[in-house]
Amino acid sequence: MGTIELLMQGFAVALSPESIMFALIGAILGTLIGALPGLGPANGVAILIPLAFSLGLSPTSSLILLTSVYAGAMYGGRISSILLNIPGDEPAMMTCLDGYPMALKGKAAEALATSAIASFIGSFIATIGLVILAPILAKFALKFGPAEYFALFALAFATLGGITGKNQFKTLIAAALGLMIATVGIDISSGVQRFTYNSLHLFEGIDFLIAIVGLFAISELFFFLEQHAGDGLKKVALNKLKLTAKDILFVMPASLRGALLGFVSGVLPGAGASLGSFVSYTLEKKVSDKGTFGKGDPRGVAAPEAGNNGAASGALVPMLTLGVPGSGTTAVLLAMLISLNVNPGPMLFQQSPDLVWGVIAALFVGNLVLLLLNIPMVGVFVKLLSIPPKYLMPIVTLIASVGIFSITGSAIDLYFMVGFGIMGYVLRKVEIPLVPVILGMLLGPEMEKNLRHALVLSDGDWTVLWSSGLSIGLWAVAAAGLILPMVFGSILRGKMKRSKDGLVD
Amino acid sequence: MLKTMSMKSVLVSGAAALAIAGQAQAFEQSRSAECIAPANPGGGWDFTCRSVGKVLTDLDYIKGNVQTVNMAGAGGGVAFAHTVSKRADDEALIVAASTATTTRLAQGQFPGMNADQVKWVGTLGADYGVIAVGKDSEYTSLSQMMEALKADQGSVKFAGGSASGGWDHLKVLITAKEAQVENLPKIRYLAFSGGSEALVQVVGGHVDAFTGDISEVKGFMDSGDLRVLAVLSEERLPEPFDQIPTAMEQGISSVAPNWRGFYVPGEASQDSYDWWVNTVDELYKTQEWKDVMVKNGLMPFKKSGEEFTQFVKNQTLDIQILSKDIGLIR
Repeated sequence: MGTIELLMQGFAVALSPESIMFALIGAILGTLIGALPGLGPANGVAILIPLAFSLGLSPTSSLILLTSVYAGAMYGGRISSILLNIPGDEPAMMTCLDGYPMALKGKAAEALATSAIASFIGSFIATIGLVILAPILAKFALKFGPAEYFALFALAFATLGGITGKNQFKTLIAAALGLMIATVGIDISSGVQRFTYNSLHLFEGIDFLIAIVGLFAISELFFFLEQHAGDGLKKVALNKLKLTAKDILFVMPASLRGALLGFVSGVLPGAGASLGSFVSYTLEKKVSDKGTFGKGDPRGVAAPEAGNNGAASGALVPMLTLGVPGSGTTAVLLAMLISLNVNPGPMLFQQSPDLVWGVIAALFVGNLVLLLLNIPMVGVFVKLLSIPPKYLMPIVTLIASVGIFSITGSAIDLYFMVGFGIMGYVLRKVEIPLVPVILGMLLGPEMEKNLRHALVLSDGDWTVLWSSGLSIGLWAVAAAGLILPMVFGSILRGKMKRSKDGLVD
Repeated sequence: MLKTMSMKSVLVSGAAALAIAGQAQAFEQSRSAECIAPANPGGGWDFTCRSVGKVLTDLDYIKGNVQTVNMAGAGGGVAFAHTVSKRADDEALIVAASTATTTRLAQGQFPGMNADQVKWVGTLGADYGVIAVGKDSEYTSLSQMMEALKADQGSVKFAGGSASGGWDHLKVLITAKEAQVENLPKIRYLAFSGGSEALVQVVGGHVDAFTGDISEVKGFMDSGDLRVLAVLSEERLPEPFDQIPTAMEQGISSVAPNWRGFYVPGEASQDSYDWWVNTVDELYKTQEWKDVMVKNGLMPFKKSGEEFTQFVKNQTLDIQILSKDIGLIR
């Protein structure tokens, strides 16, 4: 069956009333979460995973809900950047540069509308990229034996630093913690129990979801408690929107370039949305000659927004086709899929085409919903920003507890969740990133299994690990992924920070 | 007058007493029941609970509804422990089970628990084991593959979806043992997290042979990428699997059904146990259940009550002996 037919079938799934409802709920919740400073898309998805479980949703509905949350969070991140000069998450930092000056000039509504349109173009183009690229990558599937998988997971770990970090050493500590947690439970290669102390609850290891919800959602609660659950953000007045077709055409080239660049950086493991928005912005600044960048140029809002939304969809490519997450949020989505008995990776496209194509079609639908929501209803989201967290956090906690309890119906899981919450709080206090912990838990056992399989198949000959062209290629990318961020990562962050500081001065 | 009145009341109360006695004989199942699926939604046990629950309510065996409760953990151990310790006399509770349950009981993977602590109701079908190879493999029959194993136990490497010592691994060992292959622990088995992952490795040419269930291989069999050497059933399976030879036909008497069935708590009354056994027997014969079986690739396999209990005992014992042979348990 051709890609187009499969996509049409996907639309049949995505356009069912149930799917549209979940896309709508996800889009609204995602935008809200993205808009709240500090709550990034990874946290947003982590907080809402329990919702999917407590509602007892099917894998397809859960994934539609959570990818809409993901897309919504990328849209929402720009609201506080533009209005308050506070980025909702790291990728939205570039949007501050021209978005806030626009707001200061009394053009906040135009900035929000421009960024919504750019976000839509970014996601739309990247989703088309996903449609084209994912099936091609999935065809490579059969070429992956244990040795190649081992190299692929090594690549994922090598690029961890690029995903998360300023401090490579802290990233390493976090990943090691994740690997340690992952060793608990049955070792399927030998059938032996490890670190389970004869407790039945530990026999299948520690559920990723419990760790994710604890680390992200519950630790967030502790932070709010510590800050005495302060008030909401100050109220911002919004002018009346005056956006003409000419204005939209003016930002169109910037959005298209941003979308493509964003998609590419999303597909590359370890690059992610921050890189997407940064590269798009700097390129736009170079390409457009007589711009007023940094002083409220609409193209300076459009380019990074198209870039970070493009990267968000691009990151789904390696997650769905290879089972290797390209960003923190896709790592969280991956964990959820595994918990729903869906194995992402090469076989997903052949075994669950209705799920994959349904979700891809839902991304198109979700983006349209987001565009429609974000232009007329932006005032509502702006108002929601001023809800004090003391009303939001109890709801988050309730959803998290009910959801985790409904996964296994065991109170022990709730203790684990709180335990992980405390661990998340401590780790964040000492600035150890949380995403590598999750990636360690997710990828560690797979990496171990594939190494052992490769060695059994070769009767103990280690050279099997780099004996095919594919595995050599993967090792090379892994090496590049390890070294390049060390060199360019600090330069990139420095530049991002300088351009932002320069603006404030 | 007074006398006739009392005569009447005696008659009335006598009739009432009879009615109560009659009721006690025909056990009345409560309005709603619960089915524990000892795994997350989406797996085989979850399917067993949901499909049986639906047919039970549709056909009015249960007046209210049958609620499926997912209780994952320890490959069914958490649900088993829960049933034994907290729900021991619950008469409206069934728990989904399969060969994976007996395998773990046999290998002592539910510490301190054994098959006698619950009552085994019956099966509602089975998924039979298969051994298959990629389309470019040198092996065209099971007997040929077993000859190769006799000469060198490391010559064929198997991939399956269960952990080492689990049911997919045991199927290979049962077959090899029946074919008089010696030195069973030397046979190499690669454990994957699921049948489909293992299949891809075999179809991709990375591992020699696949061990799994018939329901897992249909896609790759139809596309011609996979050659199924044998199905581990007593007789050939119905269409579309009737072209696959059994191991028996090839002179290897290896039979490995992965049955789907239920147990109930150990202290549930005899009456309630009989009710469940009869209900499962009747359910198995209905058109509704036959449709479920066809739709989901379940093959005929029916044992219930006393016969099933004996079957579970024997299967547990066989697996125990085999696991000791390969050094998995002491």
